[in-house]
Amino acid sequence: MSFETPDDLYYLESHEWIDPSTGKVGITEFAQDELGDVVFVELPEESEELSQEDEFGVIESIKAVSDLYSPASGTVTAVNETLFDQPELVNDDPFGDGWMLELEFDEGDLDALLSAEEYRDQIE
Amino acid sequence: MPDRKPPLYATHEEYGAKFTPFGGWAMPVEFDSISEEHTAVRESVGIFDVSHMGEIEVSGPDAAALLQGLATNDVESLSIGRAQYSMITNEEGTILDDTVIYRLAEEEFLFIPNAGHDEEMETRWVEHREEWGLECEVENVTEEWAMFAIQGPDSEDLVADVAGEELRDLGRFSITEAEIEGADCLLARTGYTGEDGFEALVPWDSAEHVWEEFDCQPCGLGARDTLRIEAGFLLSGQDFDPEENPRNPYEARVSFAVDLDAGGSEGFVGRDALARVEEDGPEELFVGLRLLERGVPRHGYEIVADGETVGEVTSGTMSPTLGEPIGLGYIPTEYADEGTEVGVRIRGSDKRARIESPGFLGDR
Repeated sequence: MSFETPDDLYYLESHEWIDPSTGKVGITEFAQDELGDVVFVELPEESEELSQEDEFGVIESIKAVSDLYSPASGTVTAVNETLFDQPELVNDDPFGDGWMLELEFDEGDLDALLSAEEYRDQIE
Repeated sequence: MPDRKPPLYATHEEYGAKFTPFGGWAMPVEFDSISEEHTAVRESVGIFDVSHMGEIEVSGPDAAALLQGLATNDVESLSIGRAQYSMITNEEGTILDDTVIYRLAEEEFLFIPNAGHDEEMETRWVEHREEWGLECEVENVTEEWAMFAIQGPDSEDLVADVAGEELRDLGRFSITEAEIEGADCLLARTGYTGEDGFEALVPWDSAEHVWEEFDCQPCGLGARDTLRIEAGFLLSGQDFDPEENPRNPYEARVSFAVDLDAGGSEGFVGRDALARVEEDGPEELFVGLRLLERGVPRHGYEIVADGETVGEVTSGTMSPTLGEPIGLGYIPTEYADEGTEVGVRIRGSDKRARIESPGFLGDR
């Protein structure tokens, strides 16, 4: 099976992505497939400060509980509260409506992340 | 992955199923998605490969006596072609395993230990046969029988189509021989989902072509778990375990599978201890929990009341049928009344939960 890995995003080995143009953060299509049906998401409050690779929340599928890690340091400027009622959006559209946070982040942090190509190598 | 594999391992792998280790077996946990598989069983029909379940045959003149000495239900009253749910307890009355016993003929029984318990039960049966000087054969046939569960409101139509119209008349907790595509199978009207359904014992070597006869949603252990949690059914090794979580049948609310008069004056192993529990009443009870806040109760989470930890969640999930977080666990009887509000501690924060009797499907 092959999974979508958009070229314009940066990735953490733990399967989170960040969009450098918007600061949006979520988990990859590969990650949602591994988890299966997502039933619960716990996210931080707006204006919370995160450091790169900090735990920022928890995602639960029917069968598993996983921590979520921040791809970059920065301030949370928006939280996708729609996921509280519709956590399945993470399965349906992990790079779109299934986004989790928006970060005002430190551009320098992108250097430590995986490119789409590097991330593809990791999951293949 | 563990060593023991069902005969259909390669077939499931080719389908793209995800696997999980369970009781020493590598079993499919998810074929498509747990919620799709779950919904198929609640609304139409699905098929599970449960070949990890044990099968032990007991036959001969003292077969009934041996089973009666080791099982809590009234084995001797079981008619030919009928099945019975029973506990296996030790001298203290602690549940070692739960099982279904089938009487195939006057002197021929088959019982189904849980995954990974077949060798332990075989040993237990053989040792007691010797100790009691009984005359019967005990044979572990776990790897001679594949086992499939065909479950859901449309299971009768599917089974009638595949195995014969006469299967429609098979009563709940009954078992019969049936030929499927030339394979001599046993079909029972039993299950673990809270729906109407059948369980098929299929010769190991015929597993593949019999499986393919059942044209319906394949389901993994993930959906099996969410379905049985909604129905309030115990999972051996998780909702009770002689080492980690020793429980007697009264605490576990399966006293309907205990007959203290069974086996006459000799009774069964654990009978005297259970008679005392019945007289005094259990100190704790198995309950259902419905979370009133966001969160998912999971195995091992603490149950809190009056600021103290009073119990533990043994199973939990987000119920696909109800769309609500539900759990099962044990708490002291003083908190066990339906409607009592307790807390479930999730990552350090107490979420409100309401006590119910196990079995959440009444109000769907």
